[in-house]
Amino acid sequence: MAPKTLYDKIWDAHVAHEADDGTCLLYIDRHLVHEVTSPQAFEGLRMNGRTVRAPEKTIAVPDHNVPTTLDRLKGIENEESRIQVEALDTNAREFGLVYYPVDDVRQGIVHIIGPEQGWTLPGMTIVCGDSHTATHGAFGALAHGIGTSEVEHVLATQTLIQKKSKNMKVEITGKLSPGVTAKDITLAVIGETGTAGGTGYVIEYCGEAIRSLSMEGRMTVCNMAIEGGARAGLIAPDQTTFDYCKGRPNAPTGETWEAALAYWKTLHSDDDAHFDKVLTLKGEDIAPVVTWGTSPEDVLPITARVPAAQDFSGGKIEAAQRSLDYMGLTAGTALCDIEIDTVFIGSCTNGRIEDLRAAAEILKGRKIKEGMRAMVVPGSGLVRAQAEKEGLADIFIEAGFEWRLAGCSMCLAMNPDQLQPGERCAATSNRNFEGRQGRGGRTHLMSPAMAAAAALTGKLVDVREMI
Amino acid sequence: MEKFEKLTAIAAPMPLINIDTDMIIPKQFLKTIKRSGLGVSAFHEMRYNLDGSENPDFVLNHEAYKGVNILVAGDNFGCGSSREHAPWALLDFGIRCVISTSFADIFYNNCFKNGILPVVVTEDELQLLMKDAEKGSNARMVVDLENQQIETSDGEVISFDVDQHRKHCLINGLDDIGLSMEKIASIDAFEAQMAQRAPWV
Repeated sequence: MAPKTLYDKIWDAHVAHEADDGTCLLYIDRHLVHEVTSPQAFEGLRMNGRTVRAPEKTIAVPDHNVPTTLDRLKGIENEESRIQVEALDTNAREFGLVYYPVDDVRQGIVHIIGPEQGWTLPGMTIVCGDSHTATHGAFGALAHGIGTSEVEHVLATQTLIQKKSKNMKVEITGKLSPGVTAKDITLAVIGETGTAGGTGYVIEYCGEAIRSLSMEGRMTVCNMAIEGGARAGLIAPDQTTFDYCKGRPNAPTGETWEAALAYWKTLHSDDDAHFDKVLTLKGEDIAPVVTWGTSPEDVLPITARVPAAQDFSGGKIEAAQRSLDYMGLTAGTALCDIEIDTVFIGSCTNGRIEDLRAAAEILKGRKIKEGMRAMVVPGSGLVRAQAEKEGLADIFIEAGFEWRLAGCSMCLAMNPDQLQPGERCAATSNRNFEGRQGRGGRTHLMSPAMAAAAALTGKLVDVREMI
Repeated sequence: MEKFEKLTAIAAPMPLINIDTDMIIPKQFLKTIKRSGLGVSAFHEMRYNLDGSENPDFVLNHEAYKGVNILVAGDNFGCGSSREHAPWALLDFGIRCVISTSFADIFYNNCFKNGILPVVVTEDELQLLMKDAEKGSNARMVVDLENQQIETSDGEVISFDVDQHRKHCLINGLDDIGLSMEKIASIDAFEAQMAQRAPWV
């Protein structure tokens, strides 16, 4: 038998129908649903007299619109946001989906609660009307974002019309230096490939530096596969994965667990499997990085200086100039001289317990710069509870951070957590697009430890100076 | 879904690379529970000033591009989020075809579900089409899906590739779900086999 990649194996195990031209119906094991990209899909089902084929495999949670302030159970002020969350509530109940409403302690960002509740398991196919579905690839699950028409298709048929992508391998060898995290890996990779470098591919991340990451770190890496243009990111499951899954509410138990485990252990790329594209980075070469522009590929080590548009070529010259203008930056400025006024720690990229621990480690016994607006938004109600149990919440509050309830929050600013024009934010989220965190808002992406350090100094700063 | 056969229309040049889905339709417009009505908000932050007036520098606000149906855009168009609101907004604005050197994967898929044809061309071809689009309402570009060709206003012809299944659906305005429902026996069989093989799923 020809050697296969991990992607090949998961793909082959899910083809329910293949047409002569290679167009497949890929069976979907888990369908995650949130309020923003689903109402039109449910409406489509109703209009056509269709139903949800596998409601027990369809998991719904409101996350994008929900306020994160402590008084949120009073209701959502913005009428459109409220209607959208109410529509999800109606749809989830009417179609009998697995559902975590806003007043459930298990509510949170869809990509955080899927793994937390054991819905995400190795070898699965997982989709969601959300590009950061790539997160679940950390478990060796084939997971990617889809549009609303495809959401409707999956609801109705539990399959997706797909053609196979190509295989790409991203290997991170060796060890990471102190102060360098999963976020720095994933940003550094996008800095290398560009935001279109992964288009048409599924990326498998491997190498010692990846193996050494916790599940939380692996999720951070895979989460941003989409920012490199890849359909999905994958990491082969290993003991770290199995230990994370075991005992989760929806993970198998007893004999079924043993059977699952035996299968999961086969989920790795064969030794001589073919990859269409390979990128190798040395873990030791990766520094703490930040973004300077308005594309996630605008990545530089914190020790660098703001580039000039002329440093680039082709269409990137105009794009870089536009970014510099939007960001209000001058070429040649040291990145660590850039002053910020806002810090956002959270999102499906960095809203897990380990991220909060890393930020708290920097903040312990210190105070954020006066006038700084800083908030921590845990990725789920359970992450929040865990952080409170560990005393992290007290550290954040004493440092001067706002301690919020779970949701997507200022990552995309659909709820009231937004930047004002000209405000500059150190953010642990995933996109620095123009207007992403609020019209005219300026976003610098970085790791939780780097964002925490920036909150203390009021400037972008090399976290290695503070550990 | 509206059929796409042959489109003869004004094209607008948007040479910026990495035009992302937040630019195409910013988040505040994702709160709708409908598919329609997003055209007025397409490219909102580039198109309108903070006071709500039209930004005269934005290409689609120029008189020469009123009634535009085709966008000729820089590389990696539609990168970012999975929001189908992006093609919904373009369609509602009147865009039926986007031409670029590459598209983000999810956006590309979403176009076909909404009767929009995304066309991938080479860098040289894009430059040629960009120049043609600069003529505005003085020119018409012809996009012929059946023959997989674009003809500039000067009569230059560029061929393009498209997945045959997608082409078939677009030309006939076919609904994917209806087509997949015809294969329900295969799905039933697969699901039964999966329940045996992987009961934890």
